[in-house]
Amino acid sequence: MFKLLKGDRGGQVFLTLLTLAAILIPIFNLILPESSPFHVSTFTVTLLGKYLAFALLALSVDLVWGYMGILSLGHGAFFALGGYAMGMYLMLQIGDRGVYGNPDLPDFMVFLNWKEIPWFWHGFDNFWFAMVMVALVPGLLAFVFGALAFRSRVTGVYLSIITQALTYALLLAFFRNEMGFGGNNGLTDFKDILGFSLQSDNTRIALFVASAIALALGYLSCRSIVTSRLGRVAVAIRDSEDRVRFIGYRVDHIKLAIFTFSAVIAGVAGALYVPQVGIINPGEFSPIRSIELVIWVAIGGRTTLYGAVLGAFIVNYSKTYLTGVAPETWLFALGALFVFVTLYLPNGIVGLLKRKQA
Amino acid sequence: MSFFSLKNKITLVLIFSLSLLFTSSSFAESTNLQHKNSEPFIQALELLQSKSYNKKGKAIEQLVATKDERVQSILEAMLKARLFYTKEDKTVVIGKKVDDGFALTSVLEQKYLGSLSKSKLKKVKVNNKLRGILRASIATLSLSSPDAKKRLAAVKQMFGKTNKAGITALQAHLKMEKDSAVRSEIETLININDLDSGDKETQLAAIKTLFNSLNPETRNKLEILKDNADADIASASQVALKNINNKLGFYDKVNTAFFGLSLGSVLVLAAIGLAITFGVMGVINMAHGELIMLGAYTTYVIQQIMPNHIGLALVLAVPAAFIVSGSVGILIERLVIRHLYGRPLETLLATFGISLILQQAVRSVFSPLNRAVETPVWMAGSLEINPALSLTYNRLYIIFFCLAVFTILYLIIKKTSLGLSVQAVSQNRSMARAMGIRASRVDALTFGLGSGIAGVAGVALSQLTNVGPNLGQAYIIDSFMVVVFGGVGNLWGTLISGFTLGIANKFMEPWAGAVLAKILVLVFIILFIQKRPRGLFPQKGRAAES
Repeated sequence: MFKLLKGDRGGQVFLTLLTLAAILIPIFNLILPESSPFHVSTFTVTLLGKYLAFALLALSVDLVWGYMGILSLGHGAFFALGGYAMGMYLMLQIGDRGVYGNPDLPDFMVFLNWKEIPWFWHGFDNFWFAMVMVALVPGLLAFVFGALAFRSRVTGVYLSIITQALTYALLLAFFRNEMGFGGNNGLTDFKDILGFSLQSDNTRIALFVASAIALALGYLSCRSIVTSRLGRVAVAIRDSEDRVRFIGYRVDHIKLAIFTFSAVIAGVAGALYVPQVGIINPGEFSPIRSIELVIWVAIGGRTTLYGAVLGAFIVNYSKTYLTGVAPETWLFALGALFVFVTLYLPNGIVGLLKRKQA
Repeated sequence: MSFFSLKNKITLVLIFSLSLLFTSSSFAESTNLQHKNSEPFIQALELLQSKSYNKKGKAIEQLVATKDERVQSILEAMLKARLFYTKEDKTVVIGKKVDDGFALTSVLEQKYLGSLSKSKLKKVKVNNKLRGILRASIATLSLSSPDAKKRLAAVKQMFGKTNKAGITALQAHLKMEKDSAVRSEIETLININDLDSGDKETQLAAIKTLFNSLNPETRNKLEILKDNADADIASASQVALKNINNKLGFYDKVNTAFFGLSLGSVLVLAAIGLAITFGVMGVINMAHGELIMLGAYTTYVIQQIMPNHIGLALVLAVPAAFIVSGSVGILIERLVIRHLYGRPLETLLATFGISLILQQAVRSVFSPLNRAVETPVWMAGSLEINPALSLTYNRLYIIFFCLAVFTILYLIIKKTSLGLSVQAVSQNRSMARAMGIRASRVDALTFGLGSGIAGVAGVALSQLTNVGPNLGQAYIIDSFMVVVFGGVGNLWGTLISGFTLGIANKFMEPWAGAVLAKILVLVFIILFIQKRPRGLFPQKGRAAES
């Protein structure tokens, strides 16, 4: 692990901060009394947990965009698919506590007058099966999509646009009630996870810590990829795909491996996000969401990994803040930020900090 | 009782005539006496209130004989059991059902009288015999209109509702009718009626003449006749029915193709500006949808400025939207995109930021709610080609408008010096500069042109969808699909791709549903790009390399 972080000062700082947060925030929440100025409310814990899930997602985008030059405008789809897999597990945990009290069918299926659970819902009552699906479904989609696209050498703008088409098609599909994923309401009203109530402070802390651990592991695994030979070839592909191909590398295989891995990370991020916010709906598939998360990476600074995390935190925190204080300025601020960063900060905030240091 | 009713009648007549005097004089003052309340007309109205159905029948005859233009609406209301008289002053009124009774319009002055509860009204009752008389009278009345269009409409209304008296009236009218459309319609109607006649010869003759009739009524009748006990009639109607069904199927396909063409036109309109900015300049303009939206809002604003000339406002909106969106486009190019040439993915992000700003700006200025853009009269209605096929004017106009915009744009690119410079710069920038073309000026103008066309598309879209801050978002992805599918940098490709996708979408809709059809189209495009990564009509030569 230390070898991995050698020379990665940003990463060292980031992981230290993350470890501190994962240890201190539970203490501040559970042990300190509410009157204490250092007390962290459960609301804040959940909010931070959500940001951690977003940061993991940003990491997955940085891996393919920063290091391989694939601007995916459909990473939200992998995130949402992971989220849906988690949502399906949580949905089946509700049991007969739903509005209709049906022990076998989730509420929306009872509402649609379905008699039995569709085949693709089988197995999702088992947590570990659901966890496998969280990784497998986005991974498989990315594998099939990537295998087609990379073999045909669809690159650049065209690739961006068909990834956008992919998430848009999924958005439309998940809006349909017939799909069996709750239509435009999505999946919600979750009660508990692994037998622990989702409303309790302890569960929320546990989810927060789990997100922090996932983010740390995600960071380390991405870091191990980008520092490996594979990662260096990926960077070479980004800079001159044809040359790498002429030298004799199977460019499509390398791209496919990293793209699929990135989709799996995005799926895991989705699975961590859903129990903390308590809902997953087709809105997560909307192309705008996917573009937004590319912006997190751009603002933080790509090709650094920790920059993506930083960007996710900054943009999401300002979104939470501004939509609370002055909702109508949020889009102005976000829009201006996009324009400003792409024009003046091609390496994002991290690039700015590095320049200051030098 | 007799005494009572007599007294009642006297007061009734008194009140009636008084009110009549009052109303007719006031009417004369206000509107220069549009309706002459002739004596027989008033008498007939009185007679309608009688209990005897025979007297009511006579009243109807009298009314028809007056040739007053109000008669038709009275008879129609009577047929629908919507003709009343008030218990209080015996005014004859036409009622329209509202929550707590009936909203009333007086028959004499054609004036709205407010609403009354049901208990204060008395219905002019009709029996089956009267209904027959009413139908026939209404038919004859409509047929006597001097306007051929009205006569045609009258005949069309009679399909499926005729009785013997109506047919006789029609046969009489046919002798005097000169308009060919009305004549053929009446003949069809009479023939359809003959199908029921029960006389074998007449029926067979009718089937023969109706062999090509597309009227839905013909089909209904033949459906019944094909199981007729008489083998000749049954087989003849089966053959005729098959022919008619084939034709209907064909026209149904034509109709779907028409819908597809109009959807395709919308797609082409939305995408053609992008074909310039993305295709020719290589700029991924995510704010393209918002430039369309600005065009739609320009239409709204111009309609607000001149609310009495909706049609003219729409026509004026076309150049205005071009200027508004075009200047915003030039502004975007000068301030942002200029710094990002050669980095297409970065322009994507920056223009996405601009799109958010424009959306929020519109939301702040106009409100987040949808604005109502009105449709001028000449865009409403439809062009009826035959009973199975009618093309709505707004769709027709969209198709023509799309083709016109395409032609103009094509001519600009191919025939003007600006177009020549645009092509030169897009093919080889540095060589074009070496030849003395001011590349940066051309860039700005090209981007302005593409954006202006987006604005013009917005004018057209304002007639089809809701005008709101999210209008642009709905079209941006479709636009990109059209351009990429058609082949970047190729105007013809965009045109063909837009129409193909539109028609494919509409042909899939009947069996797949609207949403699934769209998903299938998207999946198809994703797969198509694998096979031909540069679209239907890829650019050739050196410009294609980058």
